[in-house]
Amino acid sequence: MPAAIETRALRKVYPAPSAPKRRGPAMGPPMQSPVASAAPTDQARGEVVALEALDLDVTAGEFFGLLGPNGAGKTTTIGILTTRVLATAGTALVAGKSVATHAVQVRQRIGVVPQRPNPDRSLNVVENLLFHAAYFGIPGAVAQTRAMALLGQLDIADKAYAKVDEMSGGQQQRLMIARALIHEPQVLFLDEPTVGLDPQTRLSLWDILRSLHAEGRTIVMTTHYMEEADKLCDRVAIIDRGRLLELDTPAALKQRAPGGTLIEMTIDGDANRVADRVRSLEGVLRTETQGSMLRVRTDRGGRLVSPLIQAAEEGGASVHNISLIEPSLETLFVARTGRKLD
Amino acid sequence: MTTTPHEVRAAAVFFALLRRDVRVARRELVFFLLRTTMQPLLFVIVFGFLLPKMSFVGRGYQTALLPGILAVSLTLSAIQSVALPMMQEFGWTKEIEDRLLAPVSTQLVAAEKIIAGVLQGIIAAVFVLPIARLVMGPIAGLTLTHVGEVAAVTLLGATAFSAMGMWLGTAVAPQQIGLMFSVIIAPMLFFGCAYYPWRGLDVVPVMKYLVLVNPMVYVAEGMRGALTPSVPHMPLAVVGVALLVITTFFWILGMRSFYKRAIG
Repeated sequence: MPAAIETRALRKVYPAPSAPKRRGPAMGPPMQSPVASAAPTDQARGEVVALEALDLDVTAGEFFGLLGPNGAGKTTTIGILTTRVLATAGTALVAGKSVATHAVQVRQRIGVVPQRPNPDRSLNVVENLLFHAAYFGIPGAVAQTRAMALLGQLDIADKAYAKVDEMSGGQQQRLMIARALIHEPQVLFLDEPTVGLDPQTRLSLWDILRSLHAEGRTIVMTTHYMEEADKLCDRVAIIDRGRLLELDTPAALKQRAPGGTLIEMTIDGDANRVADRVRSLEGVLRTETQGSMLRVRTDRGGRLVSPLIQAAEEGGASVHNISLIEPSLETLFVARTGRKLD
Repeated sequence: MTTTPHEVRAAAVFFALLRRDVRVARRELVFFLLRTTMQPLLFVIVFGFLLPKMSFVGRGYQTALLPGILAVSLTLSAIQSVALPMMQEFGWTKEIEDRLLAPVSTQLVAAEKIIAGVLQGIIAAVFVLPIARLVMGPIAGLTLTHVGEVAAVTLLGATAFSAMGMWLGTAVAPQQIGLMFSVIIAPMLFFGCAYYPWRGLDVVPVMKYLVLVNPMVYVAEGMRGALTPSVPHMPLAVVGVALLVITTFFWILGMRSFYKRAIG
């Protein structure tokens, strides 16, 4: 499979907040504030290292997730890949073109859905799509057909001639997806696309993303919701403080989570009664008891359930409840960084 | 589903961007004209109509005032039609993003904005001229024979101030917008030789040379030289050179400032 994205030793250092000596009027707020306090700073000069030697390969057609807490460097990575942020060092190719030397060609090949909807508020909904298409050199008639099809596909056709401000947050986010797709990009970037959306809207957005992926698009999405990365992505890169910590399929990453699967079993009476018996079972890594509840960590997953129940019954206890907690990306993240995702 | 894109010509993107700005400007034309020509037109009524009628100022003042009024309209509209949208679009709404993602160099996106501002500056000036003439009545010494000079001054002046608007709109924080008008734009208008000819400052020589740092002076004096040549004015050649220098200066400043805001 050809590479959709390839980065090598990508590094981004933001300069120290500008010194008090300034020429001209005060600078406005920067366009992006990609670095939260979690990012490491070079104390001596006040520089902020947002990305440190990032190597990524995304294959064409892949749904790729960038998972990390705020300030991990996700938005900076997307910024560089979408030609909006200049890397300090390293190389990045998108659809085979260098973002540094062929920014215009890269822009031609990508679609970007921003973290917060930023439609052109001077234009109505369909005009947002038509003008965006015009910026990409798409003839008016073709753009019109595509725009109406996309609005229909994203379930906002009834808003075609509405003002953007009349749309809800979820509808505006769909408009952003339609806008990112109208020029049929090879790679679609989504930066935290579901932040601030209600659960129902988030689920329907997931469906949309799944169907886009099924059409064979390369999708790169940042998120700090591990569930989102888990459910949608083919592969996930976990980044923190500008460094790549893990990169694999969600399933493989979860396998690497410490302690494997957690099984919680509640019995009648004190759980210590059966703890010894359980500990001797094959595949049990660790046990702990809490009143009538026994927590078992295992690398055998669900296959340990029936031996567990059997062991409990052999110990004279009856099982009231048993539940399985799969290893999650969050367990892995906590183990790797000592911090929670959000 | 995905296709290998054909590369789009920069000119096609540029005209699409311009078409967007024209569409938006046309929709807001009335508000735009009210915003940018109200102040100069009120000035025309008071200083070009009422005061001469009350004999507080001589009839000849109108001849000196009219070119200045055009310069004010041009300046205000060119600056505002770039600075205000830039402040808004780079600010909270970040609307500019879809244009920054257009497959064209960031500089061309900025250049298009400046050119859209030039067009709006020219429209404002063209709108004000007949109204001012109507309010003030016949103006001694007004001639439309130097069309080429008028066009050149208008074009250069609009470009200079549109580029200045780009600089202000991308360098000034939106919350300082009021300050920008009272500290930068108002002094520029009042010391821009719009309401009095530059040669009239012979009576205050210090001021005569101090105002030369004000770009507006050259637009007002250029308009005077082209529209009412009988009023003592700066030589048009000097005006032309000065406007070229000022335009280049603000163009570079505006482009840099835009790029700085656009690319992290």
